[in-house]
Amino acid sequence: MAGAVLNKASLPRALQRASVDMSTSVKAARIRPFHCQSNWPSTAPVGVDATRWSAPAQSHIWNNFQPAAMPAFVRSRRAFSTSPTSQHGHIDPPKPGEERHVTFIDKEGLEHTFEVSDGDNLLDIAQDNDLEMEGACGGSCACSTCHVIVESDHYDKMEEPDDDENDMLDLAFGLTETSRLGCQVKMSKELDGLRVRLPSMTRNLQASDFESK
Amino acid sequence: MYEQLPVPYGLVRFGVAPDHPEVKNCIEKFEEVASSPRFLYIGNVTVGRDVALKSLKPHYDAMLFSYGASEDRKLGIAGEDLKGVVSAREFVGWYNGLPQFQALEPALENGEEVVVIGQGNVALDVARILLTPVDKLRHTDITEQALETLSRSRVKSVRVVGRRGPLQAAFTVKEVRELMHIDHVQFEPINRSLYPPDIKKLPRVQKRIGEVMLKGTPPLSSHSTNSKSWALDFLKAPEQMNASSANSRQLSSIDFTHQTFAPDTDPFSKTAKVLPTEETSTLPASIAFRSVGYKSTAIPGLSDLGVPFDEKLGIIPNDQYGRIINPSTGPGSLTAGHVHGLYCAGWVKRGPTGVIASTMDDAFTSADVIIRDWESEVPFLNSPESDKSTGLGWYGVKDEVIARGVRVLDWGDWLRVDEMERLRGKNVGKEREKFVEVEDMLEGAGFVNFSRRG
Ligand SMILES: Cc1cc2nc3c(=O)[nH]c(=O)nc-3n(C[C@H](O)[C@H](O)[C@H](O)COP(=O)(O)OP(=O)(O)OC[C@H]3O[C@@H](n4cnc5c(N)ncnc54)[C@H](O)[C@@H]3O)c2cc1C
Ligand SMILES: NC(=O)c1ccc[n+]([C@@H]2O[C@H](COP(=O)([O-])OP(=O)(O)OC[C@H]3O[C@@H](n4cnc5c(N)ncnc54)[C@H](OP(=O)(O)O)[C@@H]3O)[C@@H](O)[C@H]2O)c1
Ligand code: FES
Repeated sequence: MAGAVLNKASLPRALQRASVDMSTSVKAARIRPFHCQSNWPSTAPVGVDATRWSAPAQSHIWNNFQPAAMPAFVRSRRAFSTSPTSQHGHIDPPKPGEERHVTFIDKEGLEHTFEVSDGDNLLDIAQDNDLEMEGACGGSCACSTCHVIVESDHYDKMEEPDDDENDMLDLAFGLTETSRLGCQVKMSKELDGLRVRLPSMTRNLQASDFESK
Repeated sequence: MYEQLPVPYGLVRFGVAPDHPEVKNCIEKFEEVASSPRFLYIGNVTVGRDVALKSLKPHYDAMLFSYGASEDRKLGIAGEDLKGVVSAREFVGWYNGLPQFQALEPALENGEEVVVIGQGNVALDVARILLTPVDKLRHTDITEQALETLSRSRVKSVRVVGRRGPLQAAFTVKEVRELMHIDHVQFEPINRSLYPPDIKKLPRVQKRIGEVMLKGTPPLSSHSTNSKSWALDFLKAPEQMNASSANSRQLSSIDFTHQTFAPDTDPFSKTAKVLPTEETSTLPASIAFRSVGYKSTAIPGLSDLGVPFDEKLGIIPNDQYGRIINPSTGPGSLTAGHVHGLYCAGWVKRGPTGVIASTMDDAFTSADVIIRDWESEVPFLNSPESDKSTGLGWYGVKDEVIARGVRVLDWGDWLRVDEMERLRGKNVGKEREKFVEVEDMLEGAGFVNFSRRG
């Protein structure tokens, strides 16, 4: 089983961070290593044009990581959802004297306050700071996975959501009177001090979901 | 991740409408996941056919089924098999380039009147594609063949018929609003009495959708010549599909039995029940689309793993978190035993409803319970000799699959297909031009001299 040993620094950023998160770990004794697939052949199989065959990067993470780096079950720590995405607008630090403050209250009730600039939207801010906000449609108001609930009295100071935003909010889980789509809310002077809560994503599974009509 | 097609993304590629490219942005998330060195893509391998589930079992600790819904619900009425009765699922697959349905040939030039049965978002997708001026679709990733057929379409009117009322319809507001905004397409006003006198009192979601429906479309200017129309019909259950004459197999009309709200039901509640009346009516139709929901089926070999399939609900029985359960190994359906190491997610777990956001959410829950189970050291697939799976995964079966003549794509292969599709698209001013045949996808991936699979 030839192949480069993966060290953490060579992992994509998302995974790097995930692996850091994993070190909030469980006791080594409780850990069983995941089996991993790492022996994709480096030569093309019969019948496959050898010029287009490339063995994927070896994946020995679980073998090579110290047991202490195995994942704990931490609901909010998913590489999948906490990964920053480069396609979102990059957030520049605010100009001195023009700092705006926004606080996110995450699913565990923890508060995260950031200094941001006018024009930054809440999805970009959350993702840039590794908060768990999905943003599946990349901020184009087509998925409702960036749903936030405004906790401070800034809701009334915001521009009203337009039809497109309201249409997607209608699909959001746990909709409230002060729900907004993070990708559509831009910071401004009026919104300085804004506090928003990330709704718990855990679906409220109901027996009726299983009822046949 | 085993995928039966050479290309990934399921309904995000083959379901989501071509004029909704922003919805497909979730692909960026999928690509991020796929870039993990711990992810392996095994494309063009149909589980249950190219590789048996029981052959996979010894090589894995856990398996998760998320194979969606590959059939659709039928109406079970006379005439459903007439020429001109088209499954919405097949039509959607056809315009989105799903290889299986490229020979569908919907006869859109046959007549002007279309009836869509069912009032979900798929029904509205079908209506919108039929009514949108074809030039508006040219830059999307709709297939060339679909553009060609749609440009010859003579369809003028689309009626979307539901068996219950407007407050019970399954579609969502964005899709209705879009249909109100297509140039030269008039909406037939709906019967106001189907709504309560003060719609402001309805819950938010129903209220907003009601406002859009009651507002309708602005009147068309008198000189718009090739105008089209659409309508929503309520409280009509399809009874039978009729041919144009006794010895014809061509659809010409559909009979409906009118429904009324059951006496013990609130007609304005989402779950209101209806009962048939004596009244009937007939709608002319040269084509009818059946759009009453998708349906999951069991893949071959589930029972070899002790996995039951609930034919009635069309799901793999599970504990609602994603653990597959077998009612025969427990006292009651909700306390039934977990089939160790086996999990499910997506439409095959919850039934064929839900948007990407809810499906994603649900998949996270399934992933969470796998981790939780692993950490609490419950038995996994090859327990009791737990940890005795070979750990080989795909490599435990690969030789056997390849020996069968199956051409397997890895993620790099897909990326090549992806790039070629984008290139092909660029040449014709589209986001991408999909390959619509499995053979072409394989060729795009760089497979040469392969023999066509029978
Ligand atoms: C027409 C249509 C339009 C939609 N539009 C939207 C929209 O605009 N916005 C939105 O949010 N949601 C939309 N949805 C809903 C969304 O597509 C679904 O919620 C979601 O895709 C379901 O995911 P899934 O993984 O359960 O199934 P799928 O996406 O169907 O994935 C299942 C995969 O399993 C593969 N497979 C099946 N059998 C096997 C086998 N035996 N071996 C190997 N692989 C197999 C299939 O090829 C497929 O790739 C739409 C749905 C439809 C039908
Ligand atoms: N743009 C989008 O976001 C988008 C686009 C497409 C699909 N989707 C999602 O994909 C899922 C599937 O959509 P779908 O449209 O296939 O299913 P759906 O939402 O479940 O709608 C099915 C429709 O068929 C009707 N129906 C069922 N059996 C019938 C019968 N025997 N006779 C007459 N009518 C019957 C249902 O009416 P009853 O309620 O009376 O049973 C309902 O109106 C949905 O969750 C949908 O939101 C989303
Ligand atoms: S990111 Fe999709 S709606 Fe905001």
